Amino acid sequence: MAEAKSSPASEPTRRDMLFLATGAMGAAGVVALAVPFVRTLAPNAQTIAAGAPIEVDLTPIPEGQGIKLFWRGKLIFVRSRTKAEIEEAQKVNLASLPDPQADSARVKPGKENWLVIYGSCTHLGCIPGGSAAGEVRGDYNGWFCPCHGSHYDTSGRIRKGPAPANLPVPPYAFLSDTKIRIG
Amino acid sequence: MSGPSSYVPKLGIAKWLDARLPLPRLMYDSFVAYPVPRNLNYFWTFGGILMLMLVSQILTGVILAMHYTPHATLAFTSVEGIMRDVEYGWLMRYMHANGASMFFIAVYIHIFRGLYYGSYKAPREVLWILGVIIFLLMMATAFMGYVLPWGQMSFWGATVITNLFSAFPIVGETIVTFLWGGYSVDNPTLTRFFSLHFLLPFMIFGVVILHVWALHVTGQNNPTGVEVKAVAKDTIPFTPYATIKDAFALVLFFAFFAYFLFFIPNYLGHADNYIPANPAVTPAHIVPEWYFLPFYAILRAVPDKLGGVLLMFAAIAVLVVLPWLDTSKVRSMSYRPLARQCFWAFAVTCVMLGWLGSRPAEGIYVTLSQLFTALYFAYFLIALPLLGLFETPKKLPGSIAESVLGKMKGGSGAVVGAAAPAEPNTKG
Repeated sequence: MAEAKSSPASEPTRRDMLFLATGAMGAAGVVALAVPFVRTLAPNAQTIAAGAPIEVDLTPIPEGQGIKLFWRGKLIFVRSRTKAEIEEAQKVNLASLPDPQADSARVKPGKENWLVIYGSCTHLGCIPGGSAAGEVRGDYNGWFCPCHGSHYDTSGRIRKGPAPANLPVPPYAFLSDTKIRIG
Repeated sequence: MSGPSSYVPKLGIAKWLDARLPLPRLMYDSFVAYPVPRNLNYFWTFGGILMLMLVSQILTGVILAMHYTPHATLAFTSVEGIMRDVEYGWLMRYMHANGASMFFIAVYIHIFRGLYYGSYKAPREVLWILGVIIFLLMMATAFMGYVLPWGQMSFWGATVITNLFSAFPIVGETIVTFLWGGYSVDNPTLTRFFSLHFLLPFMIFGVVILHVWALHVTGQNNPTGVEVKAVAKDTIPFTPYATIKDAFALVLFFAFFAYFLFFIPNYLGHADNYIPANPAVTPAHIVPEWYFLPFYAILRAVPDKLGGVLLMFAAIAVLVVLPWLDTSKVRSMSYRPLARQCFWAFAVTCVMLGWLGSRPAEGIYVTLSQLFTALYFAYFLIALPLLGLFETPKKLPGSIAESVLGKMKGGSGAVVGAAAPAEPNTKG
């Protein structure tokens, strides 16, 4: 240890070089190893495969009613809206909405009677009621979340309560007049 | 605090071990000869009670894990199997579930004792912060444990709490997906929660050791808040005085525990959790376990999602900086007339927040939640910083011995601990 003590301000020694090299290598190794450890927490192949697109037949849904279905473990509402509900959704003053979005941006053109939205409250993920007959539909005749009192309108837009955003529209397309594919 | 070691090994094997691994010496110095202030009241027994509760939770938990199946389709049935088929399985599960509540009752008393007697003040800041870390770990452990039976409250509690993280901008959705291991709370979520629920108690155990170590470096606070000045006069040895007092309090506490365990084991739970998890139906009224209610009320008091989440985390984070928020040099509220009134107002505030957390989030309850949330933070951010500057404290006793012997001359005051100079001993 004599050379280490001799003069603190002297030239870098081979030990300093080794310290830097092993330190850098060790740090790089820790970072490189952290990646696989964290990646194991991501959705696995089975979960992703189970999230493939699904087809939904709309013929059994009568006007004014809706169905609930699961895609990727998330609930989706499909509602056949009445004329009154469509009008109610279209005539709203957008400036008055917490998350302004026109009804036309939430349905497919020419298919305004079909509303397809995710069924998890954008606040903390509870299931708002209002899909089935007899459930509380809230102050805006759409859906009402019982957990923390969020009211959604007939377009699934947030109108009142703590939820920050509208119920999102999942990716979907009409395959025919009576069939959609979600995903 | 505890001076040089007074341990003298007598047996040959004790001498042999002492020269190689002085573990008996550490135990002797920490739990036998260790000097404790002679005026400690029963609020100081909750540290020991908490230690036993942790041991109880680990013992029952390890047994439960032998019979439990962490899978979304089997978890609920396996828990019912523990209740009905495993011999004394009902006892293990009820001990574990009610034990969690008892653990929190004890920890809240322990925390409020620290708040009242100023145990967070210098030189005990690190001791206090370690305690806050234990509290955080306890909350994480309890939350994940509640998910494991995979009932309705388990599932929807997990959904609500994990969705809190989606409030963070940009990274929120990614964090939640990685928490879930999928696109919603499902089997991957359950299995990782089980793994972490098994791990965290042992991390708590590790931090508890640090907590006790820090305690034994600075020594215990006491009801007067006056530091030990002369070890011989102000302290008594841990054994037998503190040992027997802790043991007596422990028996009373376990009697209280036993009442819940044997007479009302489901009183603190929710009936909804005896319905298997159903991702299509939300219970009409989601409430967390009682020990989370005050924080839940703070979360819901804010109409903005991110704001609510941040404020809830801030409610705990404020405890970390508390040692630097309280500007008063006087520790014990017994000598601070104004601060004492604020403390009790704060205690009432916490109870009110707990009650509001159990109410539906509408109408007057929201307004009241906002009021009491403001009061909660006002205690830490307004009352304690300002009172230290304006308040005139009462006269403090000259020493711990004076505060005791002044009142009861010739009582047990004649007993004096093992004389040792007051020299900090980092061996704990």
